[in-house]
Amino acid sequence: MDGHGHIHSASDRRELQMARSMCWHCQSEVSGEYFCDRCVKVQPVSKELDYFTCFGFPRRLSIDPQQLEAKFYELSRAFHPDFYQNKSDAEQTISLGNSAMLNTAYRTLRDPIQRAEYLLDLEAGAVKDIRTTPPADLFEEILELQETLDEFRASDRTSSEAAALRTRLQSERATLEQRQRDMGTQIQQLFGQWDALQDRGEATEQACAERSRILKAMRDILSNRTYVKNIVNDLVATIA
Amino acid sequence: MSRIVGIDLGTTNSLVAYMDQGTPRVIAGRHERAMVPSVVALTDNGLIVGDPAKEHLTRNPERTVYSVKRFMGKGLADVQHELAYFPYTLTEKGGVIRIKLGEKTYSPPQISAMILKELKLRAEAFLGESITKAVITVPAYFNDSQRQATKDAGMIAGLEVLRIINEPTAASLAYGLQQRTQGTIAVYDLGGGTFDISILKLKNGIFEVLATNGDTHLGGDDFDQLIADIFLADIRQQHGLDLTAYPDHMQGIRLEAERAKVRLSEALATTATLDLPEGKGRFIRELTREQLESLCHALVERTLGPCRLALKDAGLTPSDIDEVVLVGGSTRMPLVRQRVQALFGKQPHCELNPDEVVALGAAVQADILSGGTTDMLLLDVTPLSLGIETMGGVMSSLIRRNTTIPASAKEMFTTYVDGQTGVDIHILQGERELAKDNRSLARFRLKVPPLPAGVPRIEVTFLIDANGILNVKATDMRTGQSQSIDVKPSYGLSDQEVERMIEDSFKFASDDVSARKLIEARLDASALIVTTEKSLADGGHLISAEGIAAVRTALTALASAKDGTEPPAIRARMADLEQAAKGLTVAMLDDSLKRSLQGKKVSEIT
Repeated sequence: MDGHGHIHSASDRRELQMARSMCWHCQSEVSGEYFCDRCVKVQPVSKELDYFTCFGFPRRLSIDPQQLEAKFYELSRAFHPDFYQNKSDAEQTISLGNSAMLNTAYRTLRDPIQRAEYLLDLEAGAVKDIRTTPPADLFEEILELQETLDEFRASDRTSSEAAALRTRLQSERATLEQRQRDMGTQIQQLFGQWDALQDRGEATEQACAERSRILKAMRDILSNRTYVKNIVNDLVATIA
Repeated sequence: MSRIVGIDLGTTNSLVAYMDQGTPRVIAGRHERAMVPSVVALTDNGLIVGDPAKEHLTRNPERTVYSVKRFMGKGLADVQHELAYFPYTLTEKGGVIRIKLGEKTYSPPQISAMILKELKLRAEAFLGESITKAVITVPAYFNDSQRQATKDAGMIAGLEVLRIINEPTAASLAYGLQQRTQGTIAVYDLGGGTFDISILKLKNGIFEVLATNGDTHLGGDDFDQLIADIFLADIRQQHGLDLTAYPDHMQGIRLEAERAKVRLSEALATTATLDLPEGKGRFIRELTREQLESLCHALVERTLGPCRLALKDAGLTPSDIDEVVLVGGSTRMPLVRQRVQALFGKQPHCELNPDEVVALGAAVQADILSGGTTDMLLLDVTPLSLGIETMGGVMSSLIRRNTTIPASAKEMFTTYVDGQTGVDIHILQGERELAKDNRSLARFRLKVPPLPAGVPRIEVTFLIDANGILNVKATDMRTGQSQSIDVKPSYGLSDQEVERMIEDSFKFASDDVSARKLIEARLDASALIVTTEKSLADGGHLISAEGIAAVRTALTALASAKDGTEPPAIRARMADLEQAAKGLTVAMLDDSLKRSLQGKKVSEIT
């Protein structure tokens, strides 16, 4: 498949994985999606199978929620333990494992942030290194905010000083929330760039560099996003 | 596949339902009553369940167990503050509450099993076949221990519990099937002892629960208690009498409070009456709906918090909800309806009988499991976050609340010391930061081969199955060997204990059935004797002397049959008496009709 000058596309990968598996029950080769062609027994979803492939989706970041839901319902009907009550213990165990995996996959893909984190994990390994220092462009602002927060915590809440601090914190909060929205927009843009790159399917050096750039930018934003989110949560809890 | 029934094992009442050619139906017992009071009494003739047991609440309060559902999956410390309200004696053994009845003690699952057996017998009598499989409902907000205890109860009753399903979702299945509902719905379920709110999305036969919340200690019982408390205070003030010293009267007051509450769902005012002990005469009190509502206001408000939380977790606002469904007897209260309507901004649905809808839904789920219904599928969630205790006594969450089940999470464990052979794992359920503030579910020790620190790699899989019950599995990643884990539940019966209880229940099962039939026949006979004698006293003058003599003869025959041990003989004499007293009954009816018409003008009658 590499001979076509393409990066592995998700569907190619799926064919590879599926073709390799064998029915646990009748030992014939399984080429269908999740059921043996010959004995129609449900097959365990491979641990190697990524969530995108499981849903039959390409590894893209823009996903139509309606389509995702429809596929989730379809697979739920195929796997749910409710429909395996009269089947063998082996099939019941597979149904339970597949359902649990399907539910995790759906939860991950449904949420854009989790989806992006998951894709990063797949494409570039370990993700969630949560930032412990403020992002560079917010450094000054956050240091100052922490000071104000400390002052506010130490203050007598009924004093006019506390009221002034609270007002300042409120405006800080508005700034950070705006920042969160900006990051949201940036993530959306990166989603678009990633999907476009994948759609082009080039394997040139330039494309490789572009790919690395997008993944890195995404990683930075996701980690900053978590950091800012924690700060905002802390702020909201303090002034509540 | 043999038939699977659906059972609503409620705090105050329980029901059994089955699927009759695509339509779920509840199974009624004698007198066409579908509800079996969840009451078990120890009498001189043995244990009795349901309506006859309910009569013992006031006669024999120390030996009559009600609201046992409140104790399922709990330790004594959990219910410490309400012990005073219960006339029977509670103790604890192995982290599980035990209820003392005569010389023996019973765990809550054993008491619940007696109720389940009653329902099982009822279903068997009605369907004419042996019933061994059931779907049993629990409050959505029940934790793992409470679910496990319910499953244990089923096993002790001789039922294979194929599925534990949540009450509000069961209700949604019944509504979905019968009303063909689509869209986003909120099910508000306020029962005798528990409150649940579930938000679901119904689409093309899929019932997807988006979020659930609740309070497993809030229900109609609590309203009754508030009313009973004001009666108690009044009696103390007016008669200088402290009724708490009279357990039988305490039960009488509780039941009268309940009846007054029920009447106030229709009427704007009602009168409660109670006979007092020590020749103090009668207590009579007027209660208005307004008074009831101001009394219960705070409790009803307490249900709204969980509603808002469930909406938030589902990422919805009240205006996103297309329909609101009311479930549970307590939703008959106008105040509850008003508050729910105000919160969601729409008129709630109550087309289906709120007492029966949960059992009907359980029957639908039973039909899905047996392969009868194939177009409907329920995707439920786990109500509480599941996690483990980590360093510093903090809870580390593994499966978040409102995660669709089945759900699984994997965690890798290793050692901190060379040659360490075990890792202790403490499983928790709840939403709080600290381990100690959450519910302890179980502890187990992971066996590790003695190796240098950090080398062992044991992967533990936590899997919540479709019943919402946790299963734990461990695999040594170096050898690929899986390890069996002996999980010790913090608030549950051990497997051995359940085994023993099942054996006990089988051993006594045949005795139980015949004893039960005899007890019931005797109770019915006594009731018939009492009513017939009253009729004779009130209306004897309306019939001939021969008629009276015939009734007397039949009465004597029944009285002597009642002392025998043959239920069919007792039933036969009862039929004789009913036949002999027919003339009397008819004469009395005619007479009362005549008198009610007397002194009225013809225009008033027609």
